[in-house]
Amino acid sequence: MSPPVRRFDAIIVGAGGAGMRASLQLAEAGLSVAVLTKVFPTRSHTVAAQGGIGASLGNMSEDSWLWHMYDTIKGSDWLGDQDAIEYMCKMAPKVVYELEHFGMPFDRNPDGTIYQRPFGGHSANFGEKAVQRACAAADRTGHALVHTLYQRNVRARTQFFVEWMALDLVRDADGEVLGVVALEMETGEVMVLQAKATVFATGGAGRIFAASTNAFINTGDGLGMAARAGIPLEDMEMWQFHPTGVAGAGVLITEGVRGEGGILLNSNGERFMERYAPNLKDLASRDVVSRSMDQEIKEGRGCGPEKDHVLLKLDHLGPEVIIKRLPSIREIAIKFANVDPIREPIPVVPTIHYQMGGIPTNVHGQVVAPAGGSPNEIVPGFYAAGECACVSVHGANRLGTNSLLDIVVFGRAAGDFIVAQNLKAQAHKPLPRDAADRSLARLARLDGAKSGERVPDVANALRKEMQAHCGVYRNQELLSEGVRKVMELDERSKRVAIADHSRTFNTARVEALELDNLMETAKATIVSAEARRESRGAQARSDYPSRDDVNWLKHTLWYSEGNRLDYKPVNLKPLTVDSFPPKARTY
Amino acid sequence: MMDDRRLARLRWRCRRGMLENDLVLGRFLDARGASITEDDMALLDRLLDMTDTDLWDLIAGRAEPDDATLAPMVKALRTS
Repeated sequence: MSPPVRRFDAIIVGAGGAGMRASLQLAEAGLSVAVLTKVFPTRSHTVAAQGGIGASLGNMSEDSWLWHMYDTIKGSDWLGDQDAIEYMCKMAPKVVYELEHFGMPFDRNPDGTIYQRPFGGHSANFGEKAVQRACAAADRTGHALVHTLYQRNVRARTQFFVEWMALDLVRDADGEVLGVVALEMETGEVMVLQAKATVFATGGAGRIFAASTNAFINTGDGLGMAARAGIPLEDMEMWQFHPTGVAGAGVLITEGVRGEGGILLNSNGERFMERYAPNLKDLASRDVVSRSMDQEIKEGRGCGPEKDHVLLKLDHLGPEVIIKRLPSIREIAIKFANVDPIREPIPVVPTIHYQMGGIPTNVHGQVVAPAGGSPNEIVPGFYAAGECACVSVHGANRLGTNSLLDIVVFGRAAGDFIVAQNLKAQAHKPLPRDAADRSLARLARLDGAKSGERVPDVANALRKEMQAHCGVYRNQELLSEGVRKVMELDERSKRVAIADHSRTFNTARVEALELDNLMETAKATIVSAEARRESRGAQARSDYPSRDDVNWLKHTLWYSEGNRLDYKPVNLKPLTVDSFPPKARTY
Repeated sequence: MMDDRRLARLRWRCRRGMLENDLVLGRFLDARGASITEDDMALLDRLLDMTDTDLWDLIAGRAEPDDATLAPMVKALRTS
């Protein structure tokens, strides 16, 4: 039996910053827009972004979008596409002022302008000196952004489908995307939501790693759906680590702790960062600290019974400093590590934080894939923006504060592009007869499985293997073994069973469906990482320690079908300015 | 009698935008699970309506609930 169909001009999957910025453009233009979201919009993971949104407003000292562009390209270790980076950095002041007009409560200078704070990697005059470029709303910038956009969307009459999970893309024989099949959690009903434009803004898949700062909802649903529909995933080997996540929990300990004087120790009680970064020591950049910690652990100087973490020591700062300046960190340590940092050090590990790769798009948010001799042929009707997309502005490593910028700029760009298509004048294409078949088969298998492995067991095993084989430092032996283990888990994931077959808010069923998406993302990540035999940005290979521009200045494309790889060139040609040719990335 | 569907809904609504809240709420549900009372479900439901940052401020003890009837549930989450 075919599920019921509802039709809209546009569907957006995901109600974080990217999804709601896109939906706002569409709803304000009078299109019928449905936004599907697993959780209430203001509970999307965008709320966890604290740092700020980068824009060269120049409110603190002279700044320019070209300097921001340079910092972004350098941060990306030259894997970012320079057309997209130019577009984003040029648009940044405009989108920030737009948010200001929407009522977003930015921190301000005494003269009333938006205050901008310093951030690692932000420089003036092409790396000459630091510049203050991060616009923030206290330490709640993501939260303020999401609330501002939600209010505007309610005003524009965007239709939200809250607690709905998209299961699969609907693609017809021409390859055009016609919407999604989705599950309403409250009723367990499946429905086809048809649209003339389908936008994925589903966020990242940080839950494929055991040590992750990401919320539980970040299961890479959009990536899984795209991969199953034959669309490649780009640069999935590139994941940013945060050096100090609480071991075993993932909760982030902000860099500010080391700024206040916190130091990292190995099992010998040695302050090991003195060896790796004699000048900056514990205050070296994220990737340097993460790699040093990983090396200490791999060489047997980790702490605890499993020797699997290092220690962040604060007690020498004294109780007053800790209570006064780091109260939230103390709370996190007590709650998630069971230690009071006034007396004991906090166990920490490098922790997955951000996914640079994703669904390949152009600057209009249009999803692109190789076809007919072009590496970037448009997939009609399909768009993606935000962490699930790879446009690619982050390349091999994201510059701080560019994640919030990315979601606002490209969510908006996708919205504007779709509005210009005059969808109201177009009819819906006929749906293919088998539109919902894949989703229905997945659900039928789960409902029919009488016995099998538990979903959390397979998901946890996957996270463990990804952490062990695709962590900070990678090498051929680890990765090859990791690929084998992940492929074994892929087979096991096809045989999972759930005990609960109820229809209403069946979290077990949702988690089984999410597992399929975690699997696609994990395969894409480890297969891409295994093949890239160089070190660039977040991909750190101990067996190939240097960047290799001759062979590897190219984007990875992973296809689920056949588990195969392809590559496409990096776009080193900006839209209007001269190219920034690759050079060594030193700070 | 306990309403299974209500608990199921509550369980899903414990999926949040911030990992901190995911972890604390998960531990709370694992400990209480099916033995949670109707009254406690109602209190938790009200807390789950809060935004993640505000909820975390309550759990982390940086804020107190406006409504004193929520205090016992906040206390339970603080010790979860």
